Amino acid sequence: MPPTETAEEISRRRFLEKLSIGLIGLCTAIVGVPLVGFIVAPFFRKVPREWVTIGKPNDFQIGKTVAVTVTDPSSLPWAGVTAKSGVWLRRVTEDSFIAFSANCTHLGCPVRWLEGADLFMCPCHGGVYYSDGKVAAGPPPLPLFRYEVRITNGEVQMKQAIVPISTKL
Amino acid sequence: MIKLFKTIWNWLDDRLGISVLLSPMKHIAPEDSKWWYVFGSATLVAFIVQVATGVALAFSYISSSSQAYETLLFITNNAPFGRFLRGLHYYGASAMVLMIGAHMAQTFLFGAYKFPREMTWTTGILLLTFTLGMGFTGQLLRWDSTAAWSVVVAAEQAGRIPIIGDWVARFILGGNTIGGATLSRFFAIHVFVLPGIMFAFIGLHLWLVLRHGISEPPVAGKPVNPATYRAEYEELLKEKGKPFWPDLAWRDVIICTGLIIAIAVAAFVVGPPVLDRPPDPSILAADPRPDWYLLWYFGLLSLIPDRIEGYVMIGFPILIGLCLLFVPIWNHKGERAASRRPWAIASVCLAVIMIGALWWEGEHSPWSPNFDAQPLNEKVVGATSGPVLQGGKLFHDKGCLNCHLIQGFGGRRGPELTYIADKLTRDNLVIRIVNGGTNMPAFGSSLKPAELDDLVAFLETRKRPIRPQDQAKETASSATSTFK
Repeated sequence: MPPTETAEEISRRRFLEKLSIGLIGLCTAIVGVPLVGFIVAPFFRKVPREWVTIGKPNDFQIGKTVAVTVTDPSSLPWAGVTAKSGVWLRRVTEDSFIAFSANCTHLGCPVRWLEGADLFMCPCHGGVYYSDGKVAAGPPPLPLFRYEVRITNGEVQMKQAIVPISTKL
Repeated sequence: MIKLFKTIWNWLDDRLGISVLLSPMKHIAPEDSKWWYVFGSATLVAFIVQVATGVALAFSYISSSSQAYETLLFITNNAPFGRFLRGLHYYGASAMVLMIGAHMAQTFLFGAYKFPREMTWTTGILLLTFTLGMGFTGQLLRWDSTAAWSVVVAAEQAGRIPIIGDWVARFILGGNTIGGATLSRFFAIHVFVLPGIMFAFIGLHLWLVLRHGISEPPVAGKPVNPATYRAEYEELLKEKGKPFWPDLAWRDVIICTGLIIAIAVAAFVVGPPVLDRPPDPSILAADPRPDWYLLWYFGLLSLIPDRIEGYVMIGFPILIGLCLLFVPIWNHKGERAASRRPWAIASVCLAVIMIGALWWEGEHSPWSPNFDAQPLNEKVVGATSGPVLQGGKLFHDKGCLNCHLIQGFGGRRGPELTYIADKLTRDNLVIRIVNGGTNMPAFGSSLKPAELDDLVAFLETRKRPIRPQDQAKETASSATSTFK
């Protein structure tokens, strides 16, 4: 800064400095706001969960638990096989079904159904659940998450599968 | 001809300032900086390998949830040098994690994080964090069944963060579940966001190395005094300083050459990690595991008590991160020599032992059921008919073998039952099977009375074999009591 700078020059310089900083801020906002909005959109996007047909009631035996594959109707066109989800479906009575999420409530690993043992078992940390989804052993803090199931027009339908983020601190 | 080249070089150097650009390579450093000082360069070289191989892989990799797996198969099985390149990228990542660990341990033990290099250490810790982030996102780009389920595990862990957990989990998944948006965001983070940040921080880290100089090897009894250190360091450089290039850098070059050869040999001989099944979330026979450098954390989460698990999951990485970041803030002066800092040696030893032990546990995962357990053969069962044989079959069919070991067969989730009849009576066995116990389900409602009898009959035969001398004693004792 020259030593002979006048008050007017200082004032002009401060104004230009603030103007430049302001314009840089404006430019950052013009580009940054849509950029951040685009990236964090999944935080806020509420996708309505649709009913998905998984078969006819007679496809499933009473007292049996089977894996069914559900395809996400709202999936993106390039989702490929990742649009599928695996769900454990149990036919309890003639007109009553339970659809269990395959995600262990401990850390989300896929639980497996052991037909002979009547148990679900998790490969990651050994969580075990009874056939009704209640915790039998191991670290899971909650029973298996259940999806809504209904029988409509002779079809068994369930609410679109999601990954349940059920366990909190 | 040589004169012509010199003329061209001089012209280019004048216009581009290449010599000026490279002049920091000749900065003066303490001549005692010897083999212990090579790990930083080795980490940088491993990073360069990652950038180069990553760019090459991106020529064929398609970051689409539906196609990434196919492109990985193509790269591995069809593309020229594809398998080798994937191997270089994988072992380059492993080398980078190992070298950064060695660099950090050396810096800590030499007290090189003390005044005036506090921020050099801090930027290094942030680079360690970004490197682990690169490792995790890189594993997910290996878009197979393990990767897809690892995303779910990451989302579930993030979901435990108070208040914002659900949002973070949805962000990781790219929605409510795995799908088209999942992979592309990890690709963007792995290929653009994290490397961009790392370039900036590596630049800052190197700038700080130049600004404060390479630390001289510590001398016991010569503590760091912030009031006099800079002047002492300048004096040291005047007396014993040497230009880094080429006087000191040759050691770095040798180690880095060895590192690259090791990476290449591992890539060629062992090859890249085998791809699991396709990333189809409807395939439920999956067993997600992190790559080796995060396996210790997987082990930690498996071994801590359930009631504090959530707090450890969220709090432990934050606590460790804060401790490492603030080490030079509360300990920025005083002795540098490890021989005068026993707690420093103990900390490094403890960290190595802890990570090593947890890694071992994570690798063997004794807490995981054995889903591959085959039915016990007749020799192990010890019967060819009757309730014992039936019980042996039930032991497998009812899932007991998934968790319990019998003569080396089965799982290790629960206690070994090879000699269980020596410890539990028939009544105890019945109570335990029917009611369950700690970490064991109750089978009362799923076993018929006859099945329970068979199972107990089988378990009652699980006794330590009687040795001949014991048998003789027992016979003698029996005879004596009969005589009496």
